[in-house]
Amino acid sequence: MQGLNIPLNHVLLLASLLFSIGMLGLMIRRNIIFILMSLEVMLNAAALAFIAAGAHWGQADGQIMFMLILTVAAAEVAVGLGLVLQLQRRFKSLDMDKVNRMRG
Amino acid sequence: MLGLSLFYIAAAVALAATVMAMSRTNAVHALIYLIVSLLAVAVVFFLLGAPFAAALEVVIYAGAIMVLFVFVIMMLNLGDRGEQQEKQLLQPKIWLGPVFLALLLLAELIYIMAATEVQLDVEIISAKQVGISLYGPYVLAVEIASMLLLAGLVGAYHLGRQHLRRDQEPTATPKQIEEPR
Repeated sequence: MQGLNIPLNHVLLLASLLFSIGMLGLMIRRNIIFILMSLEVMLNAAALAFIAAGAHWGQADGQIMFMLILTVAAAEVAVGLGLVLQLQRRFKSLDMDKVNRMRG
Repeated sequence: MLGLSLFYIAAAVALAATVMAMSRTNAVHALIYLIVSLLAVAVVFFLLGAPFAAALEVVIYAGAIMVLFVFVIMMLNLGDRGEQQEKQLLQPKIWLGPVFLALLLLAELIYIMAATEVQLDVEIISAKQVGISLYGPYVLAVEIASMLLLAGLVGAYHLGRQHLRRDQEPTATPKQIEEPR
């Protein structure tokens, strides 16, 4: 979209709104699947802020940071979903409050 | 101006879909709303002049990572019981406090950002530029990312194995060894 003029602070506003919604989801949910989804939303909002900064300076660095965030998100989800499977196998529940004693 | 209104529509869709995703009790419904949210963010990336990032967002985020979630939810086989559990856990007296505090923090953030008035003059940053930069000055970051992915792979394999507990295996439990004495 060449020659488009988007106010930078509106993009950053969108990123911070998405981040707060993700953080709220993280705080109000006790189901571990929803907690992982909220983490995804938060990482995505951070990536949006990076892309906006890259567009502001006209450099490729923002997109490279986005790709690194993507890598972190993929690794985190793989390990997190492995934990979900173990949790369901051992406690027969996805409620995080039942796992707060660090004992199998 | 068409492009600007496209941006605002995509932003509104992203916000609405994320709110819906965070407030559903059924995990699959939440997941589908989350996919819509990620697609809307991909449109925003495209409008910001990052077509390669937009493609990666659709292919990896909405494609690969969300499909991983779908697989795990299918494997858990929660059904109606999981939904009942979620309804019990999601009550207003639980979420009112965190919502209020998070809104306070958000208001501070918006107040800080409202002071700057910068117009983005969007120009397209192509995949070629990203690749040259990625394998030039950022080549060490690529190495570190590959090691992170390897660690994630090993961790996921270790956690996903079936027989992790010793006492569930049929042989060599401590009781059986002690009995002959």
